[in-house]
Amino acid sequence: MIRLFAILIGLVFSGVALLSFGVGAYTFATEEHEPTAEHEFHLAPKDVAYSFDGPFGKWDKVQLQRGYKVYKEVCAACHSLKFVSFRDLADLGYSEAQVKALAAEWQVPGIDPDTGEATLRPGLPTDRFPLVYPNDVAARAANNNAIPPDLSLMTKARHDGTNYVHSLLIGYADPATYKNAEGKSLAQEFPEFSTPPGLNFNPYFANLNLAMAAPIAADGQVTYDDGTTATVDQMATDVAAFLTWTAEPKMQQRKQTGTWFILFLLFATTLAYFSYKNIWAGKKPKKGSSE
Amino acid sequence: MSFPWANHYEPQNPLMKWVDEKLPLPRLVYNAVGAGYPVPRNLNYMYNFGVLAGFCLVLQIVTGVILAMHYAPNALVAFGSTEHIMRNVNWGWMLRYMHANGASFFFLVLYLHIFRGFYYGSYKAPREMIWLLGVVIFLLCMATAFMGYVLPWGQMSFWGAKVITGLFGAIPLVGEPLQIWLLGGYAPDNAALNRFFSLHFLLPFVIAGVVILHIWALHIPGSTNPTGVEVKKESDTVPFHPYYTAKDGFGLGVFLILYCLFVFFMPNALGHPDNYIEANPLSTPALIVPEWYFYPFYAILRAFTFDFILTAQLWGVLAMFSAILMWFFLPWLDRSPVRSASYRPLYRIFFWVLMVDMAALFYLGGAHAEEPYIMFSQLATAYYFLHFLVIVPIVSSIERPKPLPYSITEAVLGKDDDAQLGATVAAKA
Ligand code: HEC
Repeated sequence: MIRLFAILIGLVFSGVALLSFGVGAYTFATEEHEPTAEHEFHLAPKDVAYSFDGPFGKWDKVQLQRGYKVYKEVCAACHSLKFVSFRDLADLGYSEAQVKALAAEWQVPGIDPDTGEATLRPGLPTDRFPLVYPNDVAARAANNNAIPPDLSLMTKARHDGTNYVHSLLIGYADPATYKNAEGKSLAQEFPEFSTPPGLNFNPYFANLNLAMAAPIAADGQVTYDDGTTATVDQMATDVAAFLTWTAEPKMQQRKQTGTWFILFLLFATTLAYFSYKNIWAGKKPKKGSSE
Repeated sequence: MSFPWANHYEPQNPLMKWVDEKLPLPRLVYNAVGAGYPVPRNLNYMYNFGVLAGFCLVLQIVTGVILAMHYAPNALVAFGSTEHIMRNVNWGWMLRYMHANGASFFFLVLYLHIFRGFYYGSYKAPREMIWLLGVVIFLLCMATAFMGYVLPWGQMSFWGAKVITGLFGAIPLVGEPLQIWLLGGYAPDNAALNRFFSLHFLLPFVIAGVVILHIWALHIPGSTNPTGVEVKKESDTVPFHPYYTAKDGFGLGVFLILYCLFVFFMPNALGHPDNYIEANPLSTPALIVPEWYFYPFYAILRAFTFDFILTAQLWGVLAMFSAILMWFFLPWLDRSPVRSASYRPLYRIFFWVLMVDMAALFYLGGAHAEEPYIMFSQLATAYYFLHFLVIVPIVSSIERPKPLPYSITEAVLGKDDDAQLGATVAAKA
């Protein structure tokens, strides 16, 4: 009885699923499939090698310092870093005094000690990086109706985030003349494709047009303190490294801790294996069982 | 409980003697997972996952309780408090990655444990109650994990909660009021986040309770084994300790190595990047997907696209819930007296087809809701229901199983002297 009932229910469910399949397949076969520009011209980020790649990766502190400089001088005009505190900058190899000085270069919200009114004061190491805009409306008003997202977690909030940030920054192109790696021209393949005024064409961005204009536009835009030549690519690479650190400041500690965990576990598991074999020695058959 | 030849607890140490007289807890442990519990001697590694699931539960509770000391379940600060754990709490990053990946590994282990049950017929008499309790545990784990994923209050947290609670809206008449009641509002917000946190804290202890019942029920008939032939005598078994504590200990080591590779070297590989964006009710992500362990059921939900008497959405919801609830009936759908698929040539083929089907559903549940993925998930869904509700009942009545070994001893050693005596011994046993 119960099985008869089950067979009936099973046939109903799979029948309705197959019905959906039939209708879907018919539509699929009869409908025309217009390829979209997003589908044909969107690019996956380019691979860049970093010192923190791999299981034993470590921060390149000098690179992070360069990246911080790019952030401060370029990105910070629009993007906040609200989950990062100035004291975290000690990770980049700065001394306590240097961190204090770096923090003081920023203006953070404070309270006037005499009047109690809201004011700005120089940052302290315990402060977070300040917000750029008081609210979303102000952010939109200043950026063509788009909100510049907080960058603290950006490299974890996108697939292949570190490479994505780098590629995005160097990927701007002119849609009228853009050709992809196979030599296909966007303007020829998709004559209707357009980049609306106020937006900028970038094949690494999901829908190819984004509100941020190329923030790093020319070599030498930032002057590096360590003498590295500040090409566009170098600055993009360095700021992507810096943003990887802001998103996952504990990465190096995590990998190092993990290495010890794995080494210990390999040792313990080997011991466990031999004690298992030892204990079972008398119970195992000479030849294989049926399983 | 247990077999007549089980070892008896005889404490030597005067302190243990004293404790045992007052409170026989050491005795309970000895009989449950110690030398007092005889277990079939031929269990393979597929029988390791129950212990591992228990380990995962403890791991989740321990890491979870500590995380709860630092987390704030309020929509305004939840995302920030999660980041606070990652950045400022000592070893907070490790606890959180252990907890998040722990959920994934818990489900990995649960799935393997359940598939083991499908293959070796663990649900069959006299073990129906163990199976029923197991399905309850699985459902509770799904509810717990779903609510846990909402807590960081990222984009996927929010939209996942919205989509899944929205399913209740598909129920005719009562759907919408029910959804509002569940969420405490029209969309997930502070009220929803708070109750999810409360329940997410509570349910693991409920799970622990049901796990105790599950193990209690298990200890009456004892485990199945790869032959599916019941234990007949002492030479069929070994004491749980030290034999299976040693074997499971090794299994635990292998499990932990794999787990730590994820926790420490690719902690976000199983998550979704969108959950590192703070929840925003005004911006819908391009793709809304649950965690990977819900993919098969999410694929089934989305497979129904055609209104046939009921709306497609309602079909999807019914199918998704039925896909798990029907496991409750499995002991009565499969009538074959032979437990192990090793001796069921026809069932074994369908078992492996089901595994391929499940793999397809796992893949399709995470894919974009577009063709051709939807078509494949429709086919895979159709097979899923056919398998459990049509194929299993029919196969179990028409199949001709292979001859079973006389005993576990015979299966292991190749011969069993008792079997030579034939019918006399069989009659005695
Ligand atoms: C003039 C303001 C401005 C500056 C300077 C600026 N950005 Fe942006 N950025 C924006 C705006 C506006 C958006 C939102 C774009 C959109 O959503 O279309 C954005 C978006 C982004 C995104 C997210 C893209 C995505 O996938 O959603 C990244 C990453 C980014 N910016 C990185 C940077 C970096 C790195 C710098 C410094 C080198 C920088 N930006 C400098 C305005 C700016």
